[in-house]
Amino acid sequence: MTDEEERIRQTREILRGHGGERGKLIPILQEIQARFGYLPREAIKEIAKFMRITEIEVLGVATFYNQFRLNPPGKHPVKVCLGTACHMKGGVNILEAWERRLGIKPGQTTPDRQVSLERVACVGCCAMAPVSVVDEEVQGRVSPTRVDGILLSFELEKEKGEENSK
Amino acid sequence: MTDKAKGRIWQAFEEIRGQALKRWEALKDGKRPHLLVGTATCGRAAGALDVVKTLHDELERHKVEAKLTQVGCMGYCYAEPLVIIEKPGYPPICYGYVTPGIASRLVQDFLLGDDPCLEFALGALEENELIPSIFDQPRFKYETRVLLKNCGYIDPEDIYQYIANGGYGGLAKALAMGREGVIEEVKRSGLRGRGGAGFPTGEKWQICRQAAGEPKYVICNADEGDPGAFMDRAILESEPQSVIEGMIIAGYAVGAAKGYIYVRMEYPLAVERARTALKQAQDLGLLGDDILGSDFSFHAEVMRGSGAFVCGEETAMIRSMEGRRGMPRHRPPYPATHGLWGKPTLINNVKTLASVPQIIHRGAPWFASLGTEQSRGTAVFALAGKVLNTGLVEVPMGTSLRQLIFEVGGGIPKGKRFKAVQIGGPSGGCLPESLLDTAIDFDSLTDVGAMMGSGGMVVMDEDNCMVDAARYFLEFTQRESCGKCTMCRLGTRQMLDVLEDITKGKGKIEDIDLLIELGQDVKKGALCGLGKTAPNPILTTIRYFRDEYEVHIKEGRCPAHYCKELTAYYIIPEKCERSCDACVGSCSVEAISTGKRGIKIIDQEKCVKCGTCLEACPPQYDAIIRLSPKSLVPPSKK
Ligand SMILES: Cc1cc2nc3c(=O)[nH]c(=O)nc-3n(C[C@H](O)[C@H](O)[C@H](O)COP(=O)(O)O)c2cc1C
Ligand code: FES
Repeated sequence: MTDEEERIRQTREILRGHGGERGKLIPILQEIQARFGYLPREAIKEIAKFMRITEIEVLGVATFYNQFRLNPPGKHPVKVCLGTACHMKGGVNILEAWERRLGIKPGQTTPDRQVSLERVACVGCCAMAPVSVVDEEVQGRVSPTRVDGILLSFELEKEKGEENSK
Repeated sequence: MTDKAKGRIWQAFEEIRGQALKRWEALKDGKRPHLLVGTATCGRAAGALDVVKTLHDELERHKVEAKLTQVGCMGYCYAEPLVIIEKPGYPPICYGYVTPGIASRLVQDFLLGDDPCLEFALGALEENELIPSIFDQPRFKYETRVLLKNCGYIDPEDIYQYIANGGYGGLAKALAMGREGVIEEVKRSGLRGRGGAGFPTGEKWQICRQAAGEPKYVICNADEGDPGAFMDRAILESEPQSVIEGMIIAGYAVGAAKGYIYVRMEYPLAVERARTALKQAQDLGLLGDDILGSDFSFHAEVMRGSGAFVCGEETAMIRSMEGRRGMPRHRPPYPATHGLWGKPTLINNVKTLASVPQIIHRGAPWFASLGTEQSRGTAVFALAGKVLNTGLVEVPMGTSLRQLIFEVGGGIPKGKRFKAVQIGGPSGGCLPESLLDTAIDFDSLTDVGAMMGSGGMVVMDEDNCMVDAARYFLEFTQRESCGKCTMCRLGTRQMLDVLEDITKGKGKIEDIDLLIELGQDVKKGALCGLGKTAPNPILTTIRYFRDEYEVHIKEGRCPAHYCKELTAYYIIPEKCERSCDACVGSCSVEAISTGKRGIKIIDQEKCVKCGTCLEACPPQYDAIIRLSPKSLVPPSKK
């Protein structure tokens, strides 16, 4: 089975758990994204068929919300908080530090698909500002030097993985 | 309702309560120590899960018989991770800034030995002869905890602990009171909506109850979009049952059959705990069909938001729940009459609903006795920014801003000067020092140009630039504007452009009046609350800090040394120690180099103005300063 066929199979499996009523569209999109990390083209097609609406209609809803992405995320998703408290404590400097080191802008993924960068507005840990969410874990009181440290840990992990697979 | 039916409800409830009390007594049997660790999102970010693991391992290793419970957020986020230890013979003691190292000492020295390790303690949780109580400290003294009463003291994933502490007594009483009775009670309490606008809750319930159409819905608004607020998250993570109980009571009062808790996607733990809580309520027959043996049935589920600020607005939220793009519509008709799928829908904020069980349980006069004439009850704020004791605070309405920031919040760190406090998020305003004696209540805050909002309060000090603060909020609202109405879509863009010019030193003096004019037009012309309130941060900063705007424009100078394009970092050669390399090592862009005779020099071209070197330079040298305008930097002689 090709990757694409596999994604279609999994999408259908998810759809079977739902009714086709319109109110389920966003929960379905959420579940698809939780499975694949993004909304694959094939999945959008399947959803449209399932709900009897056009693909454009599905895409229109998906692109309205910040949560949904149409391309796969990196292995390590990084979300930099730019909520009020984080902004006041220099969140922009942290975002710039990530951008500089990774050579990408928010919304992008590094060419080796290791890290993807996003900005978010408040993850509710304002007391720990400035905050970055790395691999779904909240990191408080981040500094530009911490950014380097976190990236180094990715490198080490990758090297270890490569050694193990040798 | 017949007396017999009432009796049945009470009997069903008393049975559950009896079980809950039995379990609670077993937990607090006074024989074994009981350890509580706060593991809400804020605690986890500070490493609370490592502390739990250490405590668990140490207890096991030393074969100490003790109970370990994970609780929610106590609100003292600045001191996370927090651990409470209740050891027989001692008052309960609260420890702050606990590391795995401290955790293992607590087990060895306090649980095995008899040394309560007071050097790590914030204080005792009750008055006693032995240890100073935290309630003697200003951080705790001014608080009146109603909504946060149990937060951080009970296990959010154990419904019995909630019931043992008075939970679901409100629901049982409500079912016996009858629908009209409940609405009357809520009206008499004077409760106003905590979602921002402060609409009288009882009145909203009445409108929804009288509206024609079936089925009716209840939505709990836990979208908490204000990017600097976390009260609703903390409540859902710490005591989700109070929100659910409030929602069931609301459902009963208006005659709804179905409820939704709409939680923003950035709060995965809140979603998980709310789901667990719903399931547990259902298992005990407190939710679902024929609740407590009455003929009232109510089902509820969690919906997750998808990361759009505008969906906190009620009509946009409904669109999004209907599977559409979350765009608001004109009101009236209000959701209370025309809501989800066109049916009457009651929308209330998390804190509004969480207030209800206690209002019913303890009675409207009790609630009305708190706060002020027009704003009853307490206000929960998420205190953040440049203030020592960040975290959640709950004070009676009418408390002054000064008390909240300087007594409860402990003032500004590092001896810096207070500049402004931002209340109400992107819809709110920035208030200066001269207004610190303003009382915190719905009307006083609106009078000075801010608003209660949902409860975010961000403190700014002399290092924050007010023009940049306005720019920040405009950037936020501009991004989040859904684009449906022209005033909001284009107006916020225009205002943002002007503000960006000013922060870059490219502003014109006419721009200030232009901003005011634009702001007033957008306020009038926008479709929903997002656009209508977006100009508030600009209008208040111009009103109270006009001189800062003028200095940016006329002198190309940022008085706070904040705006990057107008500021430079500089190392004073006379103060630099020269053999110390702290700044060189701290700079992540290699902009600092060592010149002749060891002197450190910043390459202005490379510098990204992140301020890390300023922190790194040892305080005894204090050699790095910020200069604005940039022309103040002396030419470097390499
Ligand atoms: C742009 C915008 C965002 C809003 N965000 C929230 C929010 O995050 N949480 C909330 O409870 N209310 C929010 N509201 C207010 C809701 O529309 C609604 O008034 C409120 O949920 C009613 O609950 P209450 O009567 O309990 O205050 C927002 C309003 C606007 C215009
Ligand atoms: S502002 Fe960053 S966590 Fe709230």
